[in-house]
Amino acid sequence: MSSPTSSSAMEEQNAPHLLEVAGLQVQIGGRSVLEELDFHLDTGQLCALIGENGAGKTTLLRAILGLQPVRQGRIRIHGKPASEERGQMGYVPQKIAFDPNLPIRTRDLVELGLRGSHFGFRGFFGNTSAAVAAALAAVDGEGFADQRIGRLSGGQQQRAVIAHALVRRPRLLLLDEPLANLDFRSTNTLVQMLGRLVREEKITVLVTAHDMNPLLPFLDRLVYLAHGRAAVGDVHTVVQDAVLSRLYGYPVTVLHHQGRILVLPEDPRRGMETACPGHTETDHGETGS
Amino acid sequence: MFASYMLHTWIMASILAMATGILGYFVILWRSVFAAHALPLAAFPGAAAAPLLGISPLWGLFFFSGLGVLFLRLFSLLGRKDIAMGLLLTTFLALGGLLLSMGQEYSAAVFSLLFGEILGISGRSFLPMVLIALLVLLLVLANFRSLLLQSVSPALAAAAGISRSRLDWLVLALLALVTAGALPIVGTLLTFTLLVSPAASAQRLCSHPFWSLVLSVFLAETMTWLSIAMAFWTNWPPGFFVGTLGAVLFLLSHLTARFRSGLRPSADTAGRPGLSSDPA
Repeated sequence: MSSPTSSSAMEEQNAPHLLEVAGLQVQIGGRSVLEELDFHLDTGQLCALIGENGAGKTTLLRAILGLQPVRQGRIRIHGKPASEERGQMGYVPQKIAFDPNLPIRTRDLVELGLRGSHFGFRGFFGNTSAAVAAALAAVDGEGFADQRIGRLSGGQQQRAVIAHALVRRPRLLLLDEPLANLDFRSTNTLVQMLGRLVREEKITVLVTAHDMNPLLPFLDRLVYLAHGRAAVGDVHTVVQDAVLSRLYGYPVTVLHHQGRILVLPEDPRRGMETACPGHTETDHGETGS
Repeated sequence: MFASYMLHTWIMASILAMATGILGYFVILWRSVFAAHALPLAAFPGAAAAPLLGISPLWGLFFFSGLGVLFLRLFSLLGRKDIAMGLLLTTFLALGGLLLSMGQEYSAAVFSLLFGEILGISGRSFLPMVLIALLVLLLVLANFRSLLLQSVSPALAAAAGISRSRLDWLVLALLALVTAGALPIVGTLLTFTLLVSPAASAQRLCSHPFWSLVLSVFLAETMTWLSIAMAFWTNWPPGFFVGTLGAVLFLLSHLTARFRSGLRPSADTAGRPGLSSDPA
């Protein structure tokens, strides 16, 4: 079920890919969420994981992080099982909303990214300010470093969490729906920031989103999820009528306008014009494959 | 006021205040105020049953607060815990009442179990409370960062490989221990105040995670010492002062925080969480 382009690249294993997902199957409560998923990412790529609600985007991120049991298949980072390489990954969960009364400032949250899971008394007052300052600078967060995280705006909270994820200098950054609930300006700021991380810091970024358009300026790869299957490749090979129609199992149309992309279900009126009774059946027959 | 017979009172109260100040910090962060309210009530029959069985009240308290923890965990697995837990608590309280009525000194015993007998502490309960306080201090500080990250965001904690259920058990177990240790000293009702008021106030006043923990302990100590001193001078029960001071402290901290944010309007009004529709 995989891609137009990736399957040939999968075979040649000269240098291990930064992230390699092969034959991944995930079931949740007996329901198959991901079936036979194959894709890989290399250093310094921005990859969008596109799909509708329930397509399995969060499940895939959780599987990569080792938080979601996998039925079959493997997930590797630099050729090693991802579960052993958790330190190489940073994670920004979706729907971040902090309690306004938490006695924690932005810089404290960032610092917890460095040593959040440490057990013991080491470095209670240790000097971590250099790493924290660098992570804050990467998200332009110096301005709100000393404010309580619960009092920040949605966009600022998101940048604080990204700094928290970046402070350990991960090779792979996973963001779950970071563009949801952001206004146009914050969306643009965030995308520029991700682009800078990818181009300058050579961090590989995997972003889930409903809409690929804001990400297009920096997008290297696309994993398009539907019904547990994926189409993988660059934007132009994946976002085509035929590829997406096959993926959805339903005819869809891709519209291009001024560099923007719109994926729409087949116009129902077209079916009506040709054959009024039972038009859905004919729709499938005409354009389905 | 500092006579030798009062010495036990001062030391015990100080140790207890330290333990509740530290643990209360995470009770507030984890929104476990309900558990802090429930466990002292759940432990109540333990204290009532102990004289009948001829054992130390502490064992009875340990047993019943442990039972309370198990029920809390069980009900939280079932989803809605408020109904079942509320019924269980009144049942426990009724059981405690029954057990007390079987004993000899009914009214005095009830009074001391509900409101404590902080001025009449014997050296016997000394060692267990010291051990409990040490355990709280060590375990909370050793897990401080994990507990903190878990309270900030369970999703981030999970991604960092922190086990939620381990920390849940840790906090509840320590809560049960502190409850059992505190109940003979400040009583069922006021253990709750000591756990909740200083920590909540400290978190309002101080934004730094570690220093607000220190402030929480400091406020708990101050509150306890003032209560003992005022009880000594007025001859009123110390519980009255603990309860009242707890409420006053919380009110004052809110007013102070409100006043301070009023002075710096930009800090509070500029950043309003844009995603904060769900309370989880």
